This record gives sequence, C-alpha cells and structure tokens, in this order.
Amino acid sequence: MVDKSAIGATDEPFTMVVEAGKVREFARATMSASPEYLEGPDPVIPPTFLTTVSFWSPPGRSVFSKVKMDLRRLLHGGQEYTFHGPPPAVGTTLTVQTRVADIYEKEGKRGGTMTFVITISEFRDESGTLVAEAKSTAIETGKPATSEAGA
Amino acid sequence: MTGWENLTVGAAAPDREYGPISRTDIVQYQGASGDFNPIHHDDEFAQSAGYPGAFSVGMLQAGILASFATDWLGPRNVRTFGVQFREQVWPGDVLVCSGSVVGRDDDARTVDLELVATRVGGGAAIKGYATFVVE
Repeated sequence: MVDKSAIGATDEPFTMVVEAGKVREFARATMSASPEYLEGPDPVIPPTFLTTVSFWSPPGRSVFSKVKMDLRRLLHGGQEYTFHGPPPAVGTTLTVQTRVADIYEKEGKRGGTMTFVITISEFRDESGTLVAEAKSTAIETGKPATSEAGA
Repeated sequence: MTGWENLTVGAAAPDREYGPISRTDIVQYQGASGDFNPIHHDDEFAQSAGYPGAFSVGMLQAGILASFATDWLGPRNVRTFGVQFREQVWPGDVLVCSGSVVGRDDDARTVDLELVATRVGGGAAIKGYATFVVE
C-alpha cells in the first residue's frame, strides 16, 4: 500500500561522477552510432544515461523506500529527462537529490485502482547550477502485473 | 537534412531497425545501467512472477529510441527526452524507430519531436517525445 505521507520527502544529496568509459559502455548498450559517444575524448552523456545514478546512490537510503510500493504490482510508467543546456560532459561531478513530487490515484481501464508515484531527481554541477532533471513515473497496479502492459 | 530550414513540422528521420533484441543485448544493458532485476534475464524468476519468460528492460528500449534521436539531431543538442512505456519487448523482437517534427520555436530555435519504437508484428513498445536545439 502506497504511503501518501511520503509526498515531499527527499533523500540526502550524494555525488555522481560522469566517466568516459561508462558513457561509451552505455552508448554501445543503447545501440548508438554517434562517433561523439563512441570515439570522442569528452562526450556529453546520452539522454537516458542518468539512470546509471543507481551506481552512486548510497544503498538502502533511496527516497523510494519511503513510498512503500508493492514490488509485485510495480510498473515503470514513464521517464523524462530535462537538460538546461547541453547534457553534462565527461568529467563533471554531479550532486543529486531526489524528492517524491506527487502521489495520486486513477481508475485503471481494466479495473482496479492504479497509484501513480512521481519522483524528481535534480542534478547540479560543481558550481551548484541545476543542469539536469529526471522525472520518473512509477505505477502500482490494482492487480498483480500481467504481460499486457508496462515494462 | 538536419538544418533549421529542413526541420519543418512533418519532417521525419528515416526509419531505422534495431535487433532482433537478444538476451545478450538485454544483459549488456543491465550491466551498463546497473538495473539487475532478474526478471529481465532469469526465465524461472520471470515465470514465478506470472510472465511467460524473461523480457527486455523498458529503459533499454527507451535508450535505443534516445540513440535514434541523438544520431539524428546530435548528442549535444537534446534538451528534453521522455518516454511512456506501452508494450513489453521480448527476446527476438525487432524494433523500428521513427520520429518526426511536431513543433518549432523560432525564437529558441528548437524543434519538438514525436518518437516511437514499434515491435515488428506488434504495437508501439515505447512512445517518446523530445526537444532539440538546432544549431
């Protein structure tokens, strides 16, 4: 059962370093053909690269644990990245903080109430400038997941 | 065909095919991303959760669609990239990515894109949208 009192909760900020090998590995894994990622000396990150923040977040301290979603009924509904300029380049040390932005319910088309949990992570560079944001939509379905929807 | 004059509403990138998506592709993405959920590589685990078998990571399809867009308009130019997950992708699926311009901002010199990754023989796996600066 989702805990709505988690709206507004934040985790402790932590750092994430953008590394060249990691960018190249990620670009290959996502089948990019861009020479900037694959050959360039100091590429910017691919659009969905910030998902690798999981390598940097302190274990067990994710703000997500405060929401108390049922993992058997959890779907990833959507994901959005915003960059306030060119995406951060290799060598940048980012400071990351995530907050639970919203929790709301909707009636599902196939019956059952779906609960939407919106989290937003802010990424700041060494000068404290907000350079990127990641918005994630997680859905707790009314029934256990089936192969019909979600990823 | 990526200059400002050519990127009018309706302009499209050539469709591009990715795959068949192999189990190795899925495992490679899991290693790169740090999402090691066994539901994406362990058939027994996936079956115990009610699925016919292991299936791809949604963020892999999202990443492929993002690569399609940045290969078109440039890695440094992306300002927004978003996806909604629709159908699951299974090992052996072939994905076709397509994209077109749906909006333009002359002052900011940006274009808005509508993007989709479709399963051959199936429906849309990922619907995406993006905004790019055009130099």
